[in-house]
Amino acid sequence: MYGLQRFKNASGQDLFGYLLLAALAVLILDLARRLVMGTLAPGTLQTLAWNGVIDSLYIGLAAIGLSMTYSILRFANFAHGDLLTAGAFSGWTVAYIIGGIGAADIGSRLLLDADGGARAGALGMDILASPLAIVLGLVAAAIITILVAIAFDRLVFKRLRTAGGITLLIASVGVAFVIRYIIALVYTVDERGIVASAPFVEFPVVGEVNLHELTLVVSATVLILGVHFLLQYTKLGKSMRAMSDNRDLARITGIPTERVVTATWVIGAGLAGAAGYLIVLDQSQISINLGWFLLLLIFAAVILGGIGSIYGAIAGALIIGITLNVSLIWLPADLNEVTAFGLMILILIVKPDGLFGGVETA
Amino acid sequence: MSESNSERRTRLLRLGGFVAATYIGLFLIGFIGGLSLNEIFGQLISITMYAGVFGLLALALNLHWGYTGMFNIGIAGFMAIGVYTMVFLTASPDPVASPVAGLDLPILVGVLGGVIVAAIFGALLAIPTLRVRADYFAIITLGFSEIVRLFIQSDTLGEIEIGDQVYGTGAGRSVRYSNFRDLTDVVVQTFVPSAIFDTLGAVGLSDSLVRRLFYALVVLLFMLAVLWLLRRIARSPFGRVLKAIREDETAAQSLGKDTRAAKVTVFALGAGLMGLGGILWHGQGSFVEPDLFLPIYTFFIFIALIIGGSGSNLGAMVGGFVFAAFLWDGPRYLRTIVSENLDIDAPQTIYHAGAELLQFDVVPLISYLAESLDELRWIFIGIVLIVLMLRRPEGLYGDQEDIAAAVDLTERPPRGENNE
Repeated sequence: MYGLQRFKNASGQDLFGYLLLAALAVLILDLARRLVMGTLAPGTLQTLAWNGVIDSLYIGLAAIGLSMTYSILRFANFAHGDLLTAGAFSGWTVAYIIGGIGAADIGSRLLLDADGGARAGALGMDILASPLAIVLGLVAAAIITILVAIAFDRLVFKRLRTAGGITLLIASVGVAFVIRYIIALVYTVDERGIVASAPFVEFPVVGEVNLHELTLVVSATVLILGVHFLLQYTKLGKSMRAMSDNRDLARITGIPTERVVTATWVIGAGLAGAAGYLIVLDQSQISINLGWFLLLLIFAAVILGGIGSIYGAIAGALIIGITLNVSLIWLPADLNEVTAFGLMILILIVKPDGLFGGVETA
Repeated sequence: MSESNSERRTRLLRLGGFVAATYIGLFLIGFIGGLSLNEIFGQLISITMYAGVFGLLALALNLHWGYTGMFNIGIAGFMAIGVYTMVFLTASPDPVASPVAGLDLPILVGVLGGVIVAAIFGALLAIPTLRVRADYFAIITLGFSEIVRLFIQSDTLGEIEIGDQVYGTGAGRSVRYSNFRDLTDVVVQTFVPSAIFDTLGAVGLSDSLVRRLFYALVVLLFMLAVLWLLRRIARSPFGRVLKAIREDETAAQSLGKDTRAAKVTVFALGAGLMGLGGILWHGQGSFVEPDLFLPIYTFFIFIALIIGGSGSNLGAMVGGFVFAAFLWDGPRYLRTIVSENLDIDAPQTIYHAGAELLQFDVVPLISYLAESLDELRWIFIGIVLIVLMLRRPEGLYGDQEDIAAAVDLTERPPRGENNE
């Protein structure tokens, strides 16, 4: 009886939510039917799910940073995608400088093969042939992206701390253009593959493993765990939670808010830079629109998980990543992003606090 | 807030002077740069056309953002809906003339249909999303415009066979529609007597330039019509409800105003106007493709409105002109002049340019930068946005924002009548 009562009292918003759940249930049933009937091979589903995990790891890395700046600085940072781009280009430049010594002219290496003089295959740009260069590139990607973000914070965002969210949003669009097209000016606008094809290694039990995917999974997991411990067991995490809750109160209680803001940029931009670098490692293609085209998916992950929660951001990224790939069972490949964006819009309408009720964990 | 008639007149005069100076300046630069008259006039006409298009779209955005406070960054989506609807309604069913068939209706039906369908989509998007926060609303509209573009680009809608006809959007391929260019033809046949071609031809203008000139003028007329419409709305009781929503929605509700209905209506109207803007923008070419509706085109309109100042209709039109003249067409014009005069052989990459710079040769770097004018233009646009937000977030004419009250409350009664 209670359940019925609850259903009667439901608002239109709740009904909409129930409808969504029902739709999800139908899809899961259909998935089971396809598996049982044999129209969908279990192997295919496994591959799709695995690709979903890979996608969700780099979306998640990027989403943590976006979620943190959203809750602490209180604006939707449209330049976040271009931080990924900055990380990808700067990190791979360092990897090319170190890894390509002797194999190609320094001018071609500095500009990531912009003139076709430093082909990835000739340089041996894969994790087995030049592991040191690729790991150092990852570190450099994080550090340089942090420097870029802090520079723009000092130049632009710091002066707008008290401004409204929309003013900051517009300013961040300006920052996005500046970052993206400075990169374009230096590296040209041509899209190109800059990583050699991934080496495979035979492991017991799991079988053949793509080493670039493995690198991505390991680095992303380490980074996410690192941020988790940093925010859970240090004063910084507590200060951030306090600041996203109430900035004035935080300042009154003696929290050095500007230092917390800097720490936010360090963590957020570092993860974004690493994410951009790892995407290129996985997909080989680099272009100035790399981060910009991912931005809406990253927003979708942040919104699904609830703005301000890093665990929410990771969970949201998982949902988006899996949705992007598993939806291919029902939809043609050129419409899978539509499901992700549609999901984002529905969540914003039905449950704007995110799926997990807007609990701000960090 | 208020200003006397004489202040307004000086302001408008100064504005007119600025526009005239821009045209004369561009003409002189081209003339000294050695361009032919046709090239120079072609450029000036193009700037006029884009000023009208961007002005119209900025006015429509002003209705959403400036009047009602709805931060819509899905303009490209509504433009796409308008354009593709019109294309579907007017394209020829003959497979030789256009790759996907249409209904072959008259062009004006197509324009009207495009506007109406864009407005319907606007209403459908607005109804469930009205209550969300401004920044969430922004993300929703951006997501919507991407969904529209992805659908147009997808193979699913690319070619749909009904009977023995193939309808659809043509997917990612750019689609040529034989009837589409008729927008210019309609204009020319209706408004331009053939004598004008002869007269302007005597000055040295080619026929195609005359056609483009009249098209640009018609676009400007459309923009003025939209301005008239917005002014009518602003001064009506409905317009005051809108401005009340912008200032304080709860207060407006507590006074018994149906703010939901007002917001849905105004969003649908603005979306329709954005559809119209899209149609006029691409009505001159004879093809459309999904990439013309990337989110970046939404930001063009935003930049135009922000330059002028959100909330002000005059600002929207000035912003449209400034964007068209200095950010959109100006850099291309400069590049034409540079490449006409300098026989540049730009180095392939910035590294080569830098290497030559070390040997004190500046020319390669300059020619590399001249070749990269598109990128430089975007960096410049980004800096303009940042500086505007830092220094003057209200824009050039932000102080001209339409006030919410029916009478100007800041205006003091003439001296002597008050009992101070």
